[in-house]
Amino acid sequence: MGPFLETLIGGLMSGMLYSLVALGFVLIFKASGVFNFAQGAMVLFAALAMARFSEWIPKLTGLDSKVLANLLAFAAAMVVMIAVAWLVERLVLGKLVNQEGITLLMATLGITYFMDGFGQTVFGSDIYKIDVGMPKEPVFLFENVFQGGVLINQEDMVAAVVAAALVGLLAAFFQYTTTGRALRAVADDHQAAQSIGIPLNRIWVIVWSVAGFVALVAGVIWGSKLGVQFSLSLVALKALPVVILGGLTSVPGAIIGGLIIGVGEKLSEVYIGPYFGGGIEIWFAYVLALIFLLVRPQGLYGEKIIDRV
Amino acid sequence: MLYRENGQFKTSYHTDQQIFPIGQDRLLILALAAAAFVVVPFVASEYMFRAILIPFLILSLAALGLNILVGYCGQISLGTGGFMAVGAYAAYNFLVRVDGMPVVLAILLGGVCATVVGVLFGIPSLRIKGLYLAVATLAAQFFTDWAFLRIKWFTNNSSSGSVGVGDLSVLNWTVNTPAEKYLFCLGFVAIFALLAKNLVRSHIGREWMAMRDMDVAASVIGIRPVYAKLTAFAVSSFIVGVAGALWGFVYLGSWEPAAFNIDRSFQLLFMVIIGGLGSIMGSFFGAAFIVIVPIVLDNAPILFGIPIDTATASHLTFIIFGSLIVFFLIVEPHGLARLWSIGKEKLRLWPFPH
Repeated sequence: MGPFLETLIGGLMSGMLYSLVALGFVLIFKASGVFNFAQGAMVLFAALAMARFSEWIPKLTGLDSKVLANLLAFAAAMVVMIAVAWLVERLVLGKLVNQEGITLLMATLGITYFMDGFGQTVFGSDIYKIDVGMPKEPVFLFENVFQGGVLINQEDMVAAVVAAALVGLLAAFFQYTTTGRALRAVADDHQAAQSIGIPLNRIWVIVWSVAGFVALVAGVIWGSKLGVQFSLSLVALKALPVVILGGLTSVPGAIIGGLIIGVGEKLSEVYIGPYFGGGIEIWFAYVLALIFLLVRPQGLYGEKIIDRV
Repeated sequence: MLYRENGQFKTSYHTDQQIFPIGQDRLLILALAAAAFVVVPFVASEYMFRAILIPFLILSLAALGLNILVGYCGQISLGTGGFMAVGAYAAYNFLVRVDGMPVVLAILLGGVCATVVGVLFGIPSLRIKGLYLAVATLAAQFFTDWAFLRIKWFTNNSSSGSVGVGDLSVLNWTVNTPAEKYLFCLGFVAIFALLAKNLVRSHIGREWMAMRDMDVAASVIGIRPVYAKLTAFAVSSFIVGVAGALWGFVYLGSWEPAAFNIDRSFQLLFMVIIGGLGSIMGSFFGAAFIVIVPIVLDNAPILFGIPIDTATASHLTFIIFGSLIVFFLIVEPHGLARLWSIGKEKLRLWPFPH
């Protein structure tokens, strides 16, 4: 029971992190119909910015307090991400209105290349550390319930809590603020939203900024876990099956999908993996999503696809 | 004035249905083919063959295959690299395990294996559509990556995981020098391009295009989606598989699964989009663009005598390459093939205003 629970909880936690990245995809797809491949590059870019700013700010200003330096770095990185959002809207998406989905997808791939190159030119391409003081040492839980208890990484636990809080925050933002309502209106129908006076361009900047914020949080969490390096942008590839499993247009879908993929991945690696020679984590999520989509082509909570001639 | 079809009357069905109905097109293509087969092997330098011409030919073949699927049948695929890998490894296994297997046959059999895998991963396309399908095809990519890395049988139990082929010989001709390798690839490309051009203007090509434009409407007028989509997957992955085998055999010589990773898939999709969706010619334009631009960018600092260390240079290449892609998509979302046809339109009147 112990090892099983341990895998299950580990899966749930890494699933939470996947959904954090997946959330960025869903937000942008909902609001602008763009399948944003650059989400992984944004995570890397944001993490690089955060890591470097937290190095530079104490050096430049002579700040002693680590918390303050981290906060300032976070704010600075957020400003950078907003600038990125504005530039993307201005220079790329604004010029590609009404193009086909695949063209937009390729444009975001172009943005990916650009951001990978640009981020590493400006911020450097070594491995950097983000230290926001997350607890590192693992703890044992349920020791009195059964023998040996369950070993859990505190870092993962904090990350999961942060991710859950962020999701709650975003849900509230979408549900209760005027901007959130405008975002949902744009997601529903671009033309109708525009005709009642919602400025599309501003909405896109906002939604890319929100996605940038999500990327920043994801970048900080992943970065402090694994170190900030190029491979961080590959996290996006882990989040893709989550997105299609949960449905491209659904925020709760991204969360549930993330949890399913996280748990499925870990359990399969432990219980099925040995029969295949291990390492099946890399494709299991995709095949799981594929099989799932055969039953529900629009994903778990995606809008039903209705074809009309 | 240069490109006028006035006075070219079609007096029989045969002339009306030929591949290039306009005389100038026929002439141009013949001249191009003649130049490629006869002139280039004597003119080009060894560096040209190795760095530009051979990769260009093989990748344009792969882009051609992908264009059939994405451009003609409308099924976005991100698993092309995986299908290339299947072609390469299957051809390798046929060559190594069967005594006296001719190289060309091994390459074609590699294509057949890629076809089988392609159809298998194409089956979900009957249910899953659009971007969902695009992401789902990544399953093919990651699965093949993993399979060729982990399952030792595919790599003939080679200890390092990399496989290689020795000299290639066709009948009594040993393909050794870069010029010979170039001709070897060119033969494949010419045949498959002709094949593809004919396929897309036959009834099956029309079925694919109907599927692409609106699959529900197409099935209402009696086109079987199963047949149309799966044949597109089959033909596409056959060509892609052959291109993969050529990439391994001719260009790389010895390779690892990383040669066919997801970046390769993206690269091929770029070629198809930048070249022009649904255009045979466009596949070649796209491949030329994607092969040549990075080389130019890599060499530009040396040419201009600007000292840049390699890391910065490679990052700058990323930046410029990314911006160029975005720029092209904004300026001409229909790709270089559209620019080509616009150019031809202009040539009709040029140099006169009317």
